[in-house]
Amino acid sequence: MNPKQITSLLKRLAWLPLLMLSGCKMVLLDPKGQVGVDEKSLIITATLLMLIVVIPVIVMTLVFAWKYRASNTKATYRPNWSHSTAIELVVWLIPCVIVAILGTITWKTTHQLDPYRPLDSDVTPIEVQVVSLDWKWLFIYPEQGIATVNELAFPVDTPVNFKITSQSAMNSFFIPALGSQIYSMAGMQTKLHLIANHEGTYDGISANLSGEGFSDMKFQAVATSQQGFNDWVQQVKANTDTLDLNSYPTLAAPSKADPVRYYGSVSPILYETILMQYHNGGNHAAGHADHQGQPGHQAHAGAEMGGMHMNASAEAH
Amino acid sequence: MFGKLTLEAVPYHEPIIMITLAIVAIAGLGIFGAITYYRKWGYLWTEWLTSVDHKKIGVMYILVALIMLLRGFADAIMMRGQLAIAEGASQGYLPPEHYDQIFTAHGVIMIIFMAMPFMVGLMNIAVPLQIGARDVAFPFLNSLSFWLLVAGVILVNVSLGVGEFARTGWVAYPPLSELGYSPGVGVDYYIWALQLSGLGTLLTGVNFLVTVFKMRAPGMSLMKIPVFTWACTFTNILIVASFPILTATLGMLSLDRYLDMHFFTNELGGNAMMYINLFWAWGHPEVYILILPAFGVFSEVISTFSGKKLFGYTSMIWASGAITVLGFIVWLHHFFTMGSGANVNAFFGVATMVIAVPTGVKLFSWLFTMFRGRVQFTTPVLWTLGFMVTFTVGGMTGVLLAVPGADFVLHNSLFLIAHFHNTIIGGAVFGYLAGFTFWFPKAFGFKLDERLGKGAFWCWITGFFVAFMPLYILGFMGMTRRLNHYDNPLWQPYLVVAFFGAGLILCGILFQLAQLVVSLRNRESLRDVTGDPWGGRTLEWSTSSPPPFYNFAVTPTVRALDAFQDMKERGEAYLRPDHYAPIHMPKNTAAGLVIGLLGAVFGFALIWHIWWLAGVSFIGMIATFIVRSYNEDVDYYVQPDEIERIENQHHASFEPRLLNTQPVAENV
Repeated sequence: MNPKQITSLLKRLAWLPLLMLSGCKMVLLDPKGQVGVDEKSLIITATLLMLIVVIPVIVMTLVFAWKYRASNTKATYRPNWSHSTAIELVVWLIPCVIVAILGTITWKTTHQLDPYRPLDSDVTPIEVQVVSLDWKWLFIYPEQGIATVNELAFPVDTPVNFKITSQSAMNSFFIPALGSQIYSMAGMQTKLHLIANHEGTYDGISANLSGEGFSDMKFQAVATSQQGFNDWVQQVKANTDTLDLNSYPTLAAPSKADPVRYYGSVSPILYETILMQYHNGGNHAAGHADHQGQPGHQAHAGAEMGGMHMNASAEAH
Repeated sequence: MFGKLTLEAVPYHEPIIMITLAIVAIAGLGIFGAITYYRKWGYLWTEWLTSVDHKKIGVMYILVALIMLLRGFADAIMMRGQLAIAEGASQGYLPPEHYDQIFTAHGVIMIIFMAMPFMVGLMNIAVPLQIGARDVAFPFLNSLSFWLLVAGVILVNVSLGVGEFARTGWVAYPPLSELGYSPGVGVDYYIWALQLSGLGTLLTGVNFLVTVFKMRAPGMSLMKIPVFTWACTFTNILIVASFPILTATLGMLSLDRYLDMHFFTNELGGNAMMYINLFWAWGHPEVYILILPAFGVFSEVISTFSGKKLFGYTSMIWASGAITVLGFIVWLHHFFTMGSGANVNAFFGVATMVIAVPTGVKLFSWLFTMFRGRVQFTTPVLWTLGFMVTFTVGGMTGVLLAVPGADFVLHNSLFLIAHFHNTIIGGAVFGYLAGFTFWFPKAFGFKLDERLGKGAFWCWITGFFVAFMPLYILGFMGMTRRLNHYDNPLWQPYLVVAFFGAGLILCGILFQLAQLVVSLRNRESLRDVTGDPWGGRTLEWSTSSPPPFYNFAVTPTVRALDAFQDMKERGEAYLRPDHYAPIHMPKNTAAGLVIGLLGAVFGFALIWHIWWLAGVSFIGMIATFIVRSYNEDVDYYVQPDEIERIENQHHASFEPRLLNTQPVAENV
């Protein structure tokens, strides 16, 4: 067999288990946005590359064990044979080559898929500020001046720039159908850039344990047409509830399996205030509005903390 | 008087816990009664509890590991049961506040109180024998290490009936594990159980490093050290380098929780990322601490049962060394999703996959050890072959997770859970079970029943695949870890299958318990009279099974890598000297036991804020240590006539012609 035939055979073999599972809906293998598509193809490429070693090792294990079984006295027996420069060279070299190839792919894709990197698109992105609360998700749309709980909407084929923080424990913001996740951490901001290329409603979850209500900390991410999105914004705006520094603490209080909630207007400084609340001299309770809006000198101490160790890009403002 | 401790701390309203406690109490009373009835307390005290003999300490470690395996497995099957039914409107039978404790306890127990003692137990039994030593460098310290582990075990188990365990996951990430979000005693149980046993582990690491570097038999140069001992040595290097990080990290978390400090809180400049960083700076080396000795076992097993030298010994040692160094610089791959820049993520991703190179080399070395060998399919070999197939898959999914772009969607999913169980069960646990079967005759003088052992293997390996392959798929279906219930009907069939897989593993465990009972009953027919039941190659097989307390009547001289095989080939095995010299041995001591148990009291007092008791027990620990330090009467000499008597008995058992002859030296 020439190398081409071998790779094609490997490809077919690799897909066998996947074919058997085609009956089930594997959201990661059926992505609905460019980020997820790239990640899916990365997963497949890396897997195929590794199968080049993995399959021979498994086959050789079984073949060698069978061929050199004690009862097979016809097989060669060389009890003192324990070294072969040629074999050792090959067994060091093959994994090295594969890891070198995979390493190169990793280096490139890690930069391409960096959650902080704005997506390449001609369409103007929309911005959403995300706050994980105990145990629900708050989405603030600064451009539209609205806020929602446990429901996220955005137009299809439009990059969405997420800025993410947490009110309390650490969570992970994740819409499996669209791709990457990223942690939400109190007093710090992380960023994520996603896009939906198909209309639809996708499940969003927290992928990091945050306490008792964690299992129900879910939301719906609705990707619609631009018109559909505009309608949705109007629908939210029609709601008279306002989310500001006074009503926020009530929302931030722990609660489980919360219904979707719309706020027709939202305080423009709310997100910054949530993000900065721990830098204003030590606010212990959830979102005390009266402490906020006075960025004290401690803010710098906080920023330095973030910069001091390696995760410097998780910004502390 | 009793700090935060009140009668309310006992969960009377939880029937599952109360029934468990009742069973434990009945079993405990039964054992207590039996020991009293058969008047075995004295024997237990002098021969086991106060023993500083590395072989007995090793046996006790493994006993603790097996008990904790049952406890951890009970947690596992409860979790699988919960997820098999908790779909849609059904919330299952375990509410989150209980379920979260179970998965936290499962992780902590399986890693810290099952895998670690199992590994340290095998190391205790085999390493001193493999290097021809009479004991470890610091026998009392070894006993202390064990009893500190027991202190941790006691705390974890007490948390079941008094108070609660942590609900944070075994990683206990702040701010969730801080007082603000975990005000109960659960996290404190976690902290003190880990601190006490972690101290014991650190002392073990130091002890065995000194043992291996200073106490090898004459002639055993570094590159003649048996491969299992080398693997343990690398593990001990990792222990010594990484466990202080855990101690310091948990220390800072304790200061946050006890003294209102703010290392990792949201407030006052604290930063949880620092904990996560430090935790994994210990946590990642920890997985290599677990796996390297298992690799060592596989090397011994495959070489012995192929009747052949290990292929590429030098490569093997360098590969382990490379894994040791690399294992220390990859921890960040546990949090690619924390917002590190692309350069940082890419560096740690590539560094991680580089580990696949030495690991791949090891797999090939095992393959080429079988090549042109005579492979006997004994139970340890089955575990090894099962490992080679299973672990290769686990390694592959691990490398996949090391690619940040893939990890961004697979992180914290059930794919991750499947991956690390694939490596820990298919790697570490299979290795320990292989080592258990392999060295059992050395420790007890009789072999384990092969048929039941094979039954256990087949149940474990099919159970593993049935339980964890569905989890890989569920990861692709978007299911994240630590969920208590879900509303996706597509997931349920896979979770039901996984539950049955856990049932198969249970069969494997039952086979093993049956194997122990049956083997004990048939011990006469399974007896190993020569001390070399498998055609062993290293020094532990040159002495009797079980070895005399002094291990070797005469310190062996090493001329080749497989020292005992070399002796057999030269016809020098079982040679006896003209006369024996006195042997210098340590005396038993209760100090380790006392310090360990006071440690448990100290931890319990701190957990419940019973300050006077904490003070008293802490002073007690220090005082015991000081008293022990000033005790000069810690050793003695075994006299030649006693050695001769013991050796005669051993040689008589397999050299019948020796029975009535006296001048020993002539009977070679």
